[in-house]
Amino acid sequence: MAAESLGFIFLNAAVINNFVLALFLGICPFLGVSAKRATAWNMGLAVIFVMLVSSISAYGINWLLTRFEIEFLRLICYIAVIASAVQLVEMTMKKFSPALFRALGIFLPLITTNCAILGVALFQTFREYSFLQCLAFSLGAGVGFTLALMLMAGLRERLELSRVPNVSQGAAMTLMLAGLLSLAFMGFAGLGGQHA
Amino acid sequence: MSLPARHETVSADTFLRGLWQENPVFVMLLGMCPVLAVTNSAINALAMGLATTFVLLCSSTLVSLLRKQIPKQVRIATYIIIIATFVTMVDYAIQAISLELYNALGAFIQLIVVNCMILGRAEAYASKQRLGATVINGLGMGAGFTIALLCLGAVREVLGAGSLFGVQLFSDNFQPWVVMILPPGGFFVLGAWLLVFAGYRQRRERRLTEQAEVTADGR
Amino acid sequence: MNQPATAVPATLTVPMLRTLGLVAALSGFLVVLAHHLSLPLIEENKRIAIERALFKVIPGAVTRRDFQLTAAGIEPFGEAPAATGMHLYAGYDTDGRLAGVALEAAAQGYQDVIRILYSYDPACECIRGIQVLKMAETPGIGDKIARDPGFLENFKALDARVDAAGSGLEHAIVSVKSGSKTKPWQIDAISGATISSKAVARMLNDSARQAAPVIMRYLDVLQRPDGDTP
Repeated sequence: MAAESLGFIFLNAAVINNFVLALFLGICPFLGVSAKRATAWNMGLAVIFVMLVSSISAYGINWLLTRFEIEFLRLICYIAVIASAVQLVEMTMKKFSPALFRALGIFLPLITTNCAILGVALFQTFREYSFLQCLAFSLGAGVGFTLALMLMAGLRERLELSRVPNVSQGAAMTLMLAGLLSLAFMGFAGLGGQHA
Repeated sequence: MSLPARHETVSADTFLRGLWQENPVFVMLLGMCPVLAVTNSAINALAMGLATTFVLLCSSTLVSLLRKQIPKQVRIATYIIIIATFVTMVDYAIQAISLELYNALGAFIQLIVVNCMILGRAEAYASKQRLGATVINGLGMGAGFTIALLCLGAVREVLGAGSLFGVQLFSDNFQPWVVMILPPGGFFVLGAWLLVFAGYRQRRERRLTEQAEVTADGR
Repeated sequence: MNQPATAVPATLTVPMLRTLGLVAALSGFLVVLAHHLSLPLIEENKRIAIERALFKVIPGAVTRRDFQLTAAGIEPFGEAPAATGMHLYAGYDTDGRLAGVALEAAAQGYQDVIRILYSYDPACECIRGIQVLKMAETPGIGDKIARDPGFLENFKALDARVDAAGSGLEHAIVSVKSGSKTKPWQIDAISGATISSKAVARMLNDSARQAAPVIMRYLDVLQRPDGDTP
């Protein structure tokens, strides 16, 4: 399907097949970081950046592995690259923006186990995207992740001031909200319908 | 100077902990992504649970065997390489067993490598405990994970498709609750299970405090 | 002042490298072993899956040969097909006669890409059947394209005649509103699943438009199951 346009790939990754609400990737940070809008926004930006870096590296690695026909090393290489990319982001952030680094705290190293990042690398490999398509895809995925995170954070901040049953406090409430968000996002399903 | 690690003596609790008190899904909320994604049918849930348990056992075993050899600075990188190796092996094994199952589980087999439960256990437990305790605990955790997956998978499949493990349960008149096998259903059913467990725990606490008050008054 | 946080005493680098090297070697060994052991099983599984779909979609077929379209014409391929280009799966019946030619087609459906296998019968210049290989349409609504007997009836003899110039289809395959099919090259859409149905029509039209002329042009090559050149 190399004929997909860049705009469609972006829209698909961000909204129609949103990584969190439709594909179930990145649920752990979604549940963990979405309590406050400020942290959600920072996490979202960090994830976008790491996704772009990982996507580009994954494209390069895949090209190299296919060239030498050692595709079975793909998973190990991808995860190594993602861990390094996160390390790189951490060091850069520490140097250029220490306040941001402190605000994100423990969440930054946790991006390594964020399945959304590995998901981006794996999906773009399965779908055999070209380089520009990979960029559009990873950008869309990051934006979609940030969007879902911000929506959830806004909702949860509101809920803190409301009376909710004791039983549902915490993860149960978040999951129910996520279910409603996911249901709402299903409305975007036909958006690319008449494409091509 | 850090204290020497306390080695746990293996007991029934080592295994049972992973099923209830420290259930990775319902209590510790680890490894959420596959829990929601592959539980749209019971058989997928079972297969994913078994695959994850296999990776957990093998990687924990290797980490526990090599725990004295792995220097602190590179431990995370080493754990990740070990886990990724076993995930790749499971990936090929499932393809060889059944392509249909492989297509149903999709990318989530390879995503086992970033399952926070496995990395978390390697870091918190396997790197400090002896082989026996690690294996028993790993079995318990894996069993707890699989049971949790099955809870979700069974409910979603029965409500959303009217079948269990592929066996049709209801007559043709049954209108399946389709949303249950779609993404929102995953969120709803998991939220519902958490509600059930939270309610159960609350009632138990209330009963225990009432009993404590009764014994205090009754003196 | 702060020390460099990553300073590692020289005495520790050797065990570090040794461990990493050992783990990497072990990991490489295990992965290669698993890959080697499972490769024949996986290839066998893939072959069985393709043949099951193939023999289901080409009525009467019991054996198959695979061809690909190259600059020089149609050539059979055995082990390694080229990644791009038209792939034709020819099915032959018990007498060795060409029963039909199957091709893959894909298009964007409602939720995600739909991928099908369809068979073309040169004798009647029509499409004989479709088999959905992969889709993510809404269960109970869009996924009816794979199972609904009324919808699949469309493809028992879907007209896909090659036009006089031999460069496309005489009549484009289109999807029409449910129940309003009048011509043999039309497809009755499933009511409530218009987009999925239209996707099937679109991919069949796009694919047959290119494949049908090729099949008719190289019919004599395709009709020889053992590939003897004249």
